[in-house]
Amino acid sequence: MKILVLIGNVPDTTTKIKFNADKTAFDAAGVQWIINPWDELALTRALELKEQHTGKIESVAVANVGKVGTEATLRKALAVGANEAIRIDAEPVDDYTVASQLAMVAADYDIILAGTESADYNGSAVGGMLAELLDRKSVSAVSGIDIDGDKLKITREIDGGSQTLKMDAPIVFIVQKGIAKEPRIAGMRGIMEARKKPLHVVEGAAVEPLTHFDKFELPAPKAACIKIAEDQAGELIKRLREEAKVL
Amino acid sequence: MSVLVYIENWDGKLKKISFELASYAVKLGEEMSQPVVALSLGNVEESELKKLGAYGITKILSDANDAYATLDNRAIAKAVAVAAEKQGATLVLMANNNLGKAIAPRLAVRMKAGLGTAVLGLPISITPFVIKKSVFTGKSYGFLNIKSTNKVLTLSSNSFGLVEKNADATIESFNADLTAADFETVVENTNKITGKVLLQDAEIVVSGGRGMKGPENWAPLEEMAELLGAGLACSRPVSDEGWRSHSEHVGQTGKIIAPNLYFAFGISGAIQHLGGVSGSKVIVAVNKDPDAPIFEAADYGIVGDVFKVLPQLIEAIKEMKA
Ligand SMILES: Cc1cc2nc3c(=O)[nH]c(=O)nc-3n(C[C@H](O)[C@H](O)[C@H](O)COP(=O)(O)OP(=O)(O)OC[C@H]3O[C@@H](n4cnc5c(N)ncnc54)[C@H](O)[C@@H]3O)c2cc1C
Repeated sequence: MKILVLIGNVPDTTTKIKFNADKTAFDAAGVQWIINPWDELALTRALELKEQHTGKIESVAVANVGKVGTEATLRKALAVGANEAIRIDAEPVDDYTVASQLAMVAADYDIILAGTESADYNGSAVGGMLAELLDRKSVSAVSGIDIDGDKLKITREIDGGSQTLKMDAPIVFIVQKGIAKEPRIAGMRGIMEARKKPLHVVEGAAVEPLTHFDKFELPAPKAACIKIAEDQAGELIKRLREEAKVL
Repeated sequence: MSVLVYIENWDGKLKKISFELASYAVKLGEEMSQPVVALSLGNVEESELKKLGAYGITKILSDANDAYATLDNRAIAKAVAVAAEKQGATLVLMANNNLGKAIAPRLAVRMKAGLGTAVLGLPISITPFVIKKSVFTGKSYGFLNIKSTNKVLTLSSNSFGLVEKNADATIESFNADLTAADFETVVENTNKITGKVLLQDAEIVVSGGRGMKGPENWAPLEEMAELLGAGLACSRPVSDEGWRSHSEHVGQTGKIIAPNLYFAFGISGAIQHLGGVSGSKVIVAVNKDPDAPIFEAADYGIVGDVFKVLPQLIEAIKEMKA
């Protein structure tokens, strides 16, 4: 079986978010780009599966929709251990266009892993949309994937607990926290090898977006914190009740 | 044209978010001058469905097929799409929870609809159709213009609230015509969290960080949550260490929550943690370090030792309740 991991290229999680003057677009000046944290965990799990089930998982590929600037992020994924990378040469305009672009290359893979959301526009959409475009089954909020004989054993979180499932490929998993313990970090050797691994560039298709961010806004600054002495817990409860009216 | 709202159940009981969704759908229907239809999939008693009337729902379609209990994503998306088609719905609304997030993108593709997830409150405008949502994981807001005729929205819990209306809901049976082959999810085992307030539903959340020192010290947090009817949460290292379950992890890489009241005990307030909780109406922090960044995000703070403050807080809550 072949695994494809979808890779988002997002600002580092410590980035101070800024917008352009008329607040219509993210200001990317000076931003460090990283693999979307959930996608990084998904890639880690995919590589673990390949190592643990050598006969069953042949290869792990990664794919991203983006312009040439995102290749550094794909090279990182190769350095961590992916076998090959695909960049679909198009602006990632909205979730629907991204999923549509990915659908052009994804059908060849038995198992597709997507992160639960991207750390930039928090859409939680691409994995599910891709599954529907490919007319495949999907499982969301996945926190565990294993191979058990000829079946996939899956743990997913549901609203009110968790479940274990048994299913088979072809399938799309939308994964979250728990899927892998720690994201794998590239070593020197991985970085060297990554330079020689294939990074295919595929021309993007013309897809009409369905949504558009008109404007952005930063949250209003918070009022100063009201400090209460360590031995005045009663005072805190009183204020939460009478002043803030939340108890 | 109409607004269709997908109402989830869990073991035949409507989820708490359902009533907020119903309230929201009714208000949205008014603003768009369109009738509102609710859809329930799975076996739910009439008396349970009728509860939606108290939030203004007058018409409910109910497909009592038991197979929906497997929460098969493709099958549910298909069923909602069939209902939307039959009702001529151009807007479908659902919860921004695990199931809603699984179904909405699939449904959006089926309906060729623009998708707005984690929507905060009512649309900013109907024409053009613009919604507000949190972006960059709680660090800012975005105003998303959904340009397509069909639209799918998922609503963030606690972002609209409940609006009571005295309506009588009529229930129509509905059949999405799915066959056994449509349900491909095979559930081997279900682990239910019982008797606890679900984090996503919770109006009050009690959260612990590495400052709690170890899993053996969680009893006071559990007691406090129990007293307040609150949900429990934790920072990432706490779940990474296995002190608490992943399902309690909040923040950039965990759950994003927006309760009315968030208590942070022994949490430093890293930017990735705040991303998941900054939408809370009121934040209370207890931390022994006066310079901990959590105090910049907090509305009320106690600089002190959690192990001294917690017992007193519990006493004060008991007194308040008495
Ligand atoms: C990509 C990425 C994603 C991340 N995502 C998340 C996320 O989703 N959620 C998340 O929480 N973190 C996340 N993190 C981690 C984050 O950066 C912090 O490391 C983490 O939030 C710190 O957790 P903490 O506050 O519990 O622990 P610490 O930072 O160790 O803070 C412990 C606090 O407890 C206080 N303390 C200690 N003892 C006591 C006492 N007796 N009484 C009172 N106070 C005491 C200390 O003063 C300190 O402020 C992420 C990091 C990265 C790089």
